[in-house]
Amino acid sequence: MTKRFLQLSLILTGLIMLFPLQGMAETPFPTIHEPEGAGVKCVVEDEDVMRRNHMDYIQHQRDKTMREGIRAESDGSYSLSKCIDCHVEANDQGVVPTHNDKEHFCVACHEYAAVQIDCFQCHADRPQKFIKRAAKDMGGE
Amino acid sequence: MSDQINDSRRNFLSKAAVAGSITIAPGVFLHQTAQAKPDEQAVSNSTRWGMLIDTDKCAKGCTGCVDACNNEHALTGFDRPESDAQYIRKVSLVEKQTGHEISLPLMCQHCEKPPCVDVCPTGASMKREDGIVLVDKHICIGCRYCMMACPYKARSFVHEKIEDQTLSAPRGKGTVESCTMCTHRVDKDGIPACVEACTEDDHNAMTFGDLNDPDSAISQELKKHGGKQIRADLQLNTGVRYRGL
Repeated sequence: MTKRFLQLSLILTGLIMLFPLQGMAETPFPTIHEPEGAGVKCVVEDEDVMRRNHMDYIQHQRDKTMREGIRAESDGSYSLSKCIDCHVEANDQGVVPTHNDKEHFCVACHEYAAVQIDCFQCHADRPQKFIKRAAKDMGGE
Repeated sequence: MSDQINDSRRNFLSKAAVAGSITIAPGVFLHQTAQAKPDEQAVSNSTRWGMLIDTDKCAKGCTGCVDACNNEHALTGFDRPESDAQYIRKVSLVEKQTGHEISLPLMCQHCEKPPCVDVCPTGASMKREDGIVLVDKHICIGCRYCMMACPYKARSFVHEKIEDQTLSAPRGKGTVESCTMCTHRVDKDGIPACVEACTEDDHNAMTFGDLNDPDSAISQELKKHGGKQIRADLQLNTGVRYRGL
């Protein structure tokens, strides 16, 4: 009888201890950088559609470009560099965030959703105008 | 992969196409030579891009093409020439008996039957329909089989983390890369950066064009003077040809 009572009280204290954690576990929603002239519709799709499906759109376009050489820049084509060109801008301090910064347009959401982005291992994470490149001569012969 | 080219099937189909066209009307062929490709159209095998390099015009000590290539693709070195990425190399050949020296740029030869594509376990090493051999870095696992298979030592492996890539040349650690014949330019009716630089320097040692189009400058040159393949014995039918070897 005492053993049973001890078990029950242990379970109860465990349950009680769990409750306060619920409120604390929430992660704040990321602040997402809006492009110049906020409220402007994204050139490709609506915001909610892009948020849900951008990975599929970009992946589809990537194979077309890579393997079939289709580099259409007409409306309705998806392009990672187009996203970057509008959404990645200098912040108030004049610093352009890279994919190592949490305020980067892509990184902000991906951190929140805990989804790793591999794009920027190869692709430029900022518009080209922000990239200063030291022309280094590697030599030939 | 379903879009991979199967040679025997292709040969059969082209014979069948010839037979078909004969029954339609003798002497009339239902195929057209390549024109400027509309943006939304996939590349096709009616074009085969190639390059002709005249070693007599290639200036010794000049690295114009190499520099242009490095700039175009933002190839940065780490002062480790053994492992730094290189799409083009300048190679000097000296004939021992006469002392005659030849200088030439060597890059991916864009073979018709590329050994690098044969050995790739993931399908990342691939040949586009228009004959340009590429690495699809999205699915490259960095095994480097292609580097071993290539008889021209044309491919490099990216050993270091890369930042600040250009828009048209994404490149990153853990993948293999090589000359892309500047697909990003070619797809927009441009010419490769190396050819442009060589022409700008007034050396005119490099000609770029469509090998399938008998009227293109490169085809005309090849018809008149011929062009050698490096390691022709391997029967890879390279897209890059050399004169004066």
